[in-house]
Amino acid sequence: MLSIKNLKVSIEDKEILKGINLEIKPGEIHAIMGPNGSGKSTLAAALSGRDYASVTGGSITFLGNDLLEMSPEDRARAGLFLGFQYPVEIPGVSMVNFMRSAVNEKRKYQKLEPLSSSDFLKLMREKKEVVEIDSNLTNRSVNEGFSGGEKKKNEIFQMAMLEPKLAILDETDSGLDIDALRVVANGVNKLHSPENATIVITHYQRLLDYIVPDFVHVLYQGRIVKSGDKTLAYELEEKGYDWIKEEVIAG
Amino acid sequence: MSENNKILNELTQSDYKYGFVTDIETESIPKGLSEEVVAIISAKKNEPEWMLEFRLKAFRHWQKMTMPKWAHLELPEINYQDIIYYSAPKQSAKLNSLDEVDPELLDTFNKLGIPLEEQKALAGVAVDAVMDSVSVKTTFKETLAEKGIIFCSFSEAVQNHPDLIKKYMGSVVPYTDNYFAALNSAVFSDGSFCYIPKGIRCPMELSTYFRINAANTGQFERTLIVAEEGSYVSYLEGCTAPQRDENQLHAAIVEIVAMDHAQVKYSTVQNWYPGDKNGIGGIYNFVTKRGICKGDFSKISWTQVETGSAITWKYPSCILRGNNSIAEFYSVAVTNNHQQADTGTKMIHIGKNTKSTIISKGISAGFSENSYRGLVKVMKGAENARNYSQCDSLLLGDKCGAHTWPYIEVDNKTAIVEHEATTSKIGEDQIFYCNQRGIDTETAISLIVNGYAKEVLNKLPMEFAVEAQKLLAITLEGSVG
Repeated sequence: MLSIKNLKVSIEDKEILKGINLEIKPGEIHAIMGPNGSGKSTLAAALSGRDYASVTGGSITFLGNDLLEMSPEDRARAGLFLGFQYPVEIPGVSMVNFMRSAVNEKRKYQKLEPLSSSDFLKLMREKKEVVEIDSNLTNRSVNEGFSGGEKKKNEIFQMAMLEPKLAILDETDSGLDIDALRVVANGVNKLHSPENATIVITHYQRLLDYIVPDFVHVLYQGRIVKSGDKTLAYELEEKGYDWIKEEVIAG
Repeated sequence: MSENNKILNELTQSDYKYGFVTDIETESIPKGLSEEVVAIISAKKNEPEWMLEFRLKAFRHWQKMTMPKWAHLELPEINYQDIIYYSAPKQSAKLNSLDEVDPELLDTFNKLGIPLEEQKALAGVAVDAVMDSVSVKTTFKETLAEKGIIFCSFSEAVQNHPDLIKKYMGSVVPYTDNYFAALNSAVFSDGSFCYIPKGIRCPMELSTYFRINAANTGQFERTLIVAEEGSYVSYLEGCTAPQRDENQLHAAIVEIVAMDHAQVKYSTVQNWYPGDKNGIGGIYNFVTKRGICKGDFSKISWTQVETGSAITWKYPSCILRGNNSIAEFYSVAVTNNHQQADTGTKMIHIGKNTKSTIISKGISAGFSENSYRGLVKVMKGAENARNYSQCDSLLLGDKCGAHTWPYIEVDNKTAIVEHEATTSKIGEDQIFYCNQRGIDTETAISLIVNGYAKEVLNKLPMEFAVEAQKLLAITLEGSVG
């Protein structure tokens, strides 16, 4: 589904990612962990097409297409979803209008007719139940005045609405209390299927108690320095990142 | 420059859709302004002596005045001798039916989407179309006449309803009011007159469409609306002009009089040619609009969507003289490229229990300057006056300016005056957030801007609201930074 080969990314002429290789197949959950400043969020930025993350080398193939040739909106329409670390507030734009535009843009891309108002509202109701989001959140402007937890739940709600092929959750657990964390993780698990894949970017192992990854990758100084199964996450939790750093230096 | 900005900048420069010129024979008088020119205009319109007197008094007053400099505008010197003050599409005398209208002219109005043809009767809009200086055709006159409603060109009203014109013309905006009002009073060429008799609810939206076509021409129209006791009317005004390199002057006057329990709703979508992206050309839009809530429980409501003109200087205002009268001002003013706008309102509370609301939404992009200027004045006798003002500014990019000058003068202790103001910016983060959900930049800006302005857009009549939404999107495409 996603194939990243020797990806190099710079921000303001500073090389942050120095050759990332990653293969993701349908049905898989990958966790990307690493200390602060290791390049986790830069990877999410490059995948979603943020212009400040300039790709200087390597390739990304997504569902057979050259992802780097696609605009951010086409990547989204093709099924790539980014759960933002800091969801953005858009005052004055109702969640209903926002989601209707998003859903219909995607349908247009798939050469489908736009949803009628009643079908759309029905879809909203269904998906609200899946992610246990408070009904009145969707009656407000996009993220405006939402608490940190509400914003993250709203990200998962949008993910449910858009049914992405690949979801990238960037530090979705940051700033969440344990209840909100559980709601968010339940949502992700419910939406997971053999046809789609998820990348969970996180600093802590805590989220991985709820979303169980098939693979764990450790990102350090712009490279994936270690990959393993979920036990690697426990090891990191126990020993911290220092032993990885030492290994890198020794190697 | 980021990719978003590039796309935006390319898109911003979408063409001004109304920039075409109609190839039609016009009858113009030579450039320049003098008592003689004023007399020629009056003679062309076959005006009675009192009208000429009014014009000449205004002209003599204007000569003693100087152009106001207090607005936050970079006003170039205007050479008033270099303007043609009268230009009319050439036609064979009076028109009896649409068949007699010059097909070129009809074509123009079709391009503008004006429902001039009878088939549009179903849409329920009565239109008075003013091209350059002359009112071309007023539709639905007969339907309206059955109810005693007068809706005709100003020139016709001077001929056919002189008593009403004498009584009300200049009663809300006297020719001494300001520089441009004096100029207009001297040289105004046409406009619309609307009279709603006592107790009548006007069954359709009345609409005037103004168009400047001829080169080097100024357009100076007057609109006068009189709503008698217990009547109601909703009035729409639209404006466009061809794309030209030189600036053109538009100085209009609108006067509204509302008697006891009368209601007047005045909506404008102003889309004069704004000049090109380098600020060359465009209309100077210097307009005086004022209404008086003369009777008790009367109500006047201004709604404006201002997207055009190189320079706008305009403050639709209300005098709340009747007790329990209500005045509203809803405004969206958009400036892009090198446009400048200094706009707002004045609410003068004189009567008891009077209530005014001001909702102003400014949107600035490119290198433009957008100012809100408003006055809320509560006079001594205005017991229990209430005002609520909200002035918001939205910035796109970092080379534009937004300014707010709210003046509040209160001379009565029982008054309650509230003022709120915000300034915000469309950020690249907001745009990217939309992009990541599959919404392209153009649509994202349109969503955000329409969301921001919806309080005002909701006040527009349905068909105007749709047009206004599109206009906002077109005006702003490509302007995020």
